[in-house]
Amino acid sequence: MDKKTLILAIAPLLVSLSACSTEVANTGNTSNTQATQATRSRLDIVKSRGQLICGVSGELPGFSFVGSDGKYSGLDVDVCRAIAAALFDKPDAVEYRNLNAKERFTAVQTSEVDVLSRNTTFTLSRDTSVGLEFAPIVFYDGQGIMVRKNSGIKTLADLKDKAICTQTGTTNEQNLADQMRKRGIPYKPLVFEDVNTAYATYVQGRCDAVTSDKSQLISRRTILPKPEEHVILDENLSSEPFAPAVADGDSKWANAVKWIVYSLIKAEELGINSQNFAKFANSNDPEIKRFLGTEGNLGQGMGLPNDFALRIIKHVGNYGEIYDRNLGPKTKLNFPRGRNQLWTKGGLLFSPPFR
Amino acid sequence: MHNFKSSLGRGRSFWHIIVQLITVFLVAFLVAILWINLNRNLQQLGIQFGFDFLKQQASFDIGETPIAYKPSDTYSRALWVGLINSLRVAIAGMFLATIVGIFAGIARLSDNWLVRNISVVYVEVFRNTPLLLQLLFWYSAVFLSLPNTENKISFFNIVYLSQNGVQFPWFKLSSEFFALLMGLTCYTGAFIAEIVRGGIQSVPKGQWEAARSLGLKPSLVMRLVIFPQALRVIVPPLTSQYLNLTKNSSLAIAVGYPDIYFVASTTFNQTGRAVEVMFLIMFTYLTLSLTISVVMNFFNRMVMIKER
Repeated sequence: MDKKTLILAIAPLLVSLSACSTEVANTGNTSNTQATQATRSRLDIVKSRGQLICGVSGELPGFSFVGSDGKYSGLDVDVCRAIAAALFDKPDAVEYRNLNAKERFTAVQTSEVDVLSRNTTFTLSRDTSVGLEFAPIVFYDGQGIMVRKNSGIKTLADLKDKAICTQTGTTNEQNLADQMRKRGIPYKPLVFEDVNTAYATYVQGRCDAVTSDKSQLISRRTILPKPEEHVILDENLSSEPFAPAVADGDSKWANAVKWIVYSLIKAEELGINSQNFAKFANSNDPEIKRFLGTEGNLGQGMGLPNDFALRIIKHVGNYGEIYDRNLGPKTKLNFPRGRNQLWTKGGLLFSPPFR
Repeated sequence: MHNFKSSLGRGRSFWHIIVQLITVFLVAFLVAILWINLNRNLQQLGIQFGFDFLKQQASFDIGETPIAYKPSDTYSRALWVGLINSLRVAIAGMFLATIVGIFAGIARLSDNWLVRNISVVYVEVFRNTPLLLQLLFWYSAVFLSLPNTENKISFFNIVYLSQNGVQFPWFKLSSEFFALLMGLTCYTGAFIAEIVRGGIQSVPKGQWEAARSLGLKPSLVMRLVIFPQALRVIVPPLTSQYLNLTKNSSLAIAVGYPDIYFVASTTFNQTGRAVEVMFLIMFTYLTLSLTISVVMNFFNRMVMIKER
C-alpha cells in the first residue's frame, strides 16, 4: 500500500470520526438541556414561550373538532383555552396537536405537548406506570355499544360470535374484553389504529357493532352517512372519567392545570359566568373575592396571576357554559348533563375550596 | 530492497489493525454514549427499564388467534400470537408473490401483444402506487364491498366469499388477512416480475437459439434451458423482495389484522414501555429478516454455477 491508498483509506475514517465527535457533543448537549429543563417547571417554559401546546383528538365533535371556519372547538379545546387564558389572558395562545389514541401518552412523556386534553380516561396504570399526572375529571362518561337499528341486537348477549369494531390504544378495547369474558360471550374484535377506519368499517357492514365511550358514539353518529339508522344500546360497559393530563414529576405545572380546571367548576358553583362576572367585582363575599383575585394571593402561590380565574371566566366561561356550548341541548349532540352536573344539583362535579 | 518491502508489508498490516481497532472503539464508544443517554433520560422521566411487564396480564382481545389465547394470558403470549399471525401472512405472501411475479415476468416477454401489455399495466400500476393505499383499496373497496354473510357468493358450494372473509371447506380466512395478503402479493409480485424479466433477458441469446435448434417446444425452452440459468441472476434480488414483504406486513394494523406490530403497539400503549417494546420489535424483525437471508443464501448457493 502506498501513501495515496493509505490516505484514501484513512480519510473517510477521519470524516466519520469527526462526525462521531460532533454527534457525541450533540447528544451531550441535548441531555444537558434536558437536565436543566427537568429542574425548570413546565409552567415557566410555557410562560416564557408565550404559547401553550395542547394535545387534542381533533376527530371528535363536541370535544375537539375543527369546524368549517378552521377553528378548533369543543370541551377538551376549551380546557386548553382556559389554561391559555389563565396564563396569558389570551385564550387563543394555543397550538393544537392532533394525537391519536396510541400516540398520546408518548407525546406527554416526551414533552411534545404541555398538556393532554383529549377525552382520556383516568386509570390507575396510566397515572402510575405510564407516567401521567391527571388533572381533575372534566367529563364523566361510560362505554357503550352502537349497532344498526335493523340488526335486532338489543343486549351484549346478542353479540355472540359477531364482529365488533374498536380503536387500539383505548380503555374501550380492554373493557370490551373484560365484559365479554365476564359473561362468557365469544366475539371477534376488529381493532384499528385510525378511528375513522374503525367507523368506516362498521358503516360498510364488516362489523355488527362498534364500541367506544358513549359521548364518542353520539358524537360520531352525527357524522355517519345515515345517523338515524344507528342506535346506542343502554348497557354501560364501564365508567370512563375523562381528565386532562400532564407529565408526571412536575407538581408545579400539574397544580396549575389542576386548579385551572377546578376554577371552571367553582365558577359555576358561585354562579359567575362570562356575562355577569363584572357584577361580582365589588362583591363583599370573601370567597368570591379570593376566587377572583381581588383579595389574597392564591394565584401567586402557584405561579399564576391572582386574577387567573377571572381571566378564564371572561374568555372561556364557567363549566356549565362550556358544556352547553359544546354538548348541551342546543348542539347536535344533545348529551344530557347527568353525572356531569354540579354536586349541588345531583351530579359529580365538585371543587375543593379556594382558600 | 527486499528489507524495505517487507517492512512496508508489516506496516501495512499494522495500519490495518490500528484502523480497525479505532473503528471498533469508536462504534463501541458511540453505542455506550447513546445507552448512557437513554438511561439518563429514562431516569429523568421516572421510567424503569426492564422486561418484567411481559409477565403481566394482557387484558385485551385479539381477533385472530392461531394458538389458544384469552385476555387473561400474559403480554408475551399475546406477542407470540402476533408473531405467528405475522409469519402466516409473510410466508403465504412470499409464496404467492413468487408465483405471481414469475408469471407476470414471463408474460412481459411474451410474443402475444395482449398478454405482454396486461403484464406491463399490472407491473406499472402496482409498483408505482403506495402499498398502504393498495391495502386500504383491497380492504375497503374489494372485501368490504362483498355481500354480507347471509348473501355470500358461492363457488360450486365449496368456496364461499363474503364480507367476513373466504370460507373453504376445511378452514376460513378473514377478510383482514386476505386484504393484507392480496396487497402484499400484488405489490411485491410486481417487483418480482421485473426481477424475473431482467433475469431472463440476461441469458445470452445463443442459449435460446441452441435450445430451439434442438427442437424443444417454447415451454420446454423456458423451463429446461432459460429459467435455470436466469435463476442465478434472479435469486439475490429476490431475497431483498422477500425481506421487504416481511417488513411491509407491519402495515397490517391499517386493515385491522393483528400482526406482531399491532400487538406490540397495544402492549406499549397499555404499559407505557416504549423503549422495551421497540427493542422487541426490532429484534423480532431482525431475526425474521436474517433467517430469510440465510435460507435464501443457501438456495442461492444451490443454483449458482457449479465450478467443475
